[in-house]
Amino acid sequence: MRRVYFDHSATTPVDNEVAKVVYEYMTEKFGNPGSIHYFGREANKAVNEGRQQVADLIGANANEIFFTSGGTESDNLALKGVAFANRKKGNHIITTAIEHHAVLHACENLEKQGFTVTYLPVDENAMVSVEDVKNAITDKTILISVMFANNEVGTIQPIKEIGKLAKEKGIYFHTDAVQAVANYPIDVNEYNIDLLSSSGHKFYGPKGIGFLYIRKGVKIESLQQGGSQERKLRAGTENVPGIVGLGKAAQMAKLEMSQRIAHVQGLRDRLIKGIQATITDIKLNGHPEVRLPGNVNFSFLYIEGESLLLNLDMKGIAGSSGSACTSGSLDPSHVLLAMGMTHETAHGSLRLSLGKGNTEADVDYCLEVLPKIVSTLRSMSPLSANSKLAPSNPCNECHQH
Amino acid sequence: MYSEKVMDHFANPRNVGEIENANGVGEVGNAKCGDIMRIYLDVHDNIIRDIKFKTFGCGAAIATSSMVTELVMGKTLEEALKISNDAVAEALDGLPPAKMHCSNLAADALHEAIKDYIQHKGK
Repeated sequence: MRRVYFDHSATTPVDNEVAKVVYEYMTEKFGNPGSIHYFGREANKAVNEGRQQVADLIGANANEIFFTSGGTESDNLALKGVAFANRKKGNHIITTAIEHHAVLHACENLEKQGFTVTYLPVDENAMVSVEDVKNAITDKTILISVMFANNEVGTIQPIKEIGKLAKEKGIYFHTDAVQAVANYPIDVNEYNIDLLSSSGHKFYGPKGIGFLYIRKGVKIESLQQGGSQERKLRAGTENVPGIVGLGKAAQMAKLEMSQRIAHVQGLRDRLIKGIQATITDIKLNGHPEVRLPGNVNFSFLYIEGESLLLNLDMKGIAGSSGSACTSGSLDPSHVLLAMGMTHETAHGSLRLSLGKGNTEADVDYCLEVLPKIVSTLRSMSPLSANSKLAPSNPCNECHQH
Repeated sequence: MYSEKVMDHFANPRNVGEIENANGVGEVGNAKCGDIMRIYLDVHDNIIRDIKFKTFGCGAAIATSSMVTELVMGKTLEEALKISNDAVAEALDGLPPAKMHCSNLAADALHEAIKDYIQHKGK
């Protein structure tokens, strides 16, 4: 069966060139970078190179890059590390309602430890207002954390403006850039970013490796103790194959970025226009222009996301949804709800995230299959433009559902 | 994560649609929770002569709707009332734990439809 992978926001395939160096540093060049002998020195050199390659991708210095296990760890280290180290200065953190759970749940954890957190709302396009950030600042604010681009609807936030504001106010600025790094040009100095989280497997690197950029001079505490790796901030033997792979992926991303963006954006626009031309009663979620080059997110009214995904999968197309059923909870995506979407519209959302390996033929195949699936599911649905729920429906009173 | 039977009923749902002159209609769920099931009955001489469904929901919601129509087609109302949500799930070789509560409502919809039939009978 024809297989089309449209879920690059979930993960990407490891590039062959990346896999090659990862294998090399698992087998032949297996040394511990902390060892003094040849094997150790060889591994240590590779780690340093990887650090430089990553730094080059975001305009940082190599000594400002700290390797972690991925986006979640980077977010936790940034938020908790900065909060704990700056406790004397204040206990207030500003973030947004549409962050990844790695940020939201780390913030909830900090609230239990005496910190107060402001969760800023977003508009219907999932955009945060710089004015809201400004108004939320108090003399106790120590950190602002706003994601670079949203993972579900792709909206790119006004990072430059928020960075400028944070700098003026002397407040640290962290951005979860897991979806944006390598898919969008980022320069930490141009954007006044103090801390930035990233994950390798979102840009053709391996899983289990990521990094936190920490601007020189930022006060941060380590969360795990042990050896002196990562300048004592993150103890534990370096994931050398991961670091080498991440470095290679970063190097390739920097080289190919403009071609990749042009390619993926072209496919994205073809897919968006095609869906809009062939299917009625839909809503494009996220900002119409200021969005990730590979992100397509639609709500299809009157149908539910999981059944849409299953049908697409039966036709070989891999996507994802913000419906409750795919999140394992009874509520649909917090991002879609924060955008003011109704539950029913949120349940019918479909995210198709494109990557560098996709082709026009992939998009056209999807455009051939998707309208039929939507129409079949709609023919089975009790909902339509003028449907009303029966007044006798016991679930109208039910609080469990 | 779904059994083969669930996927079969999801991919080829039985008895989808509406019955024009249904003498019993039942609905459960709401769009807020992501599942709505509506069951249409054609009952004659205490026997379910025809049953159809319309469902908004996930794979489990569609499969359980389809399965319940198969289980009670041609059955008496008493027999149909004995079918529980758990029995529907069992007939599908089980559902993932997360789905047992939120999407396993097809028997409830059936029972609502039978209740509706009984209430309107003779009116």
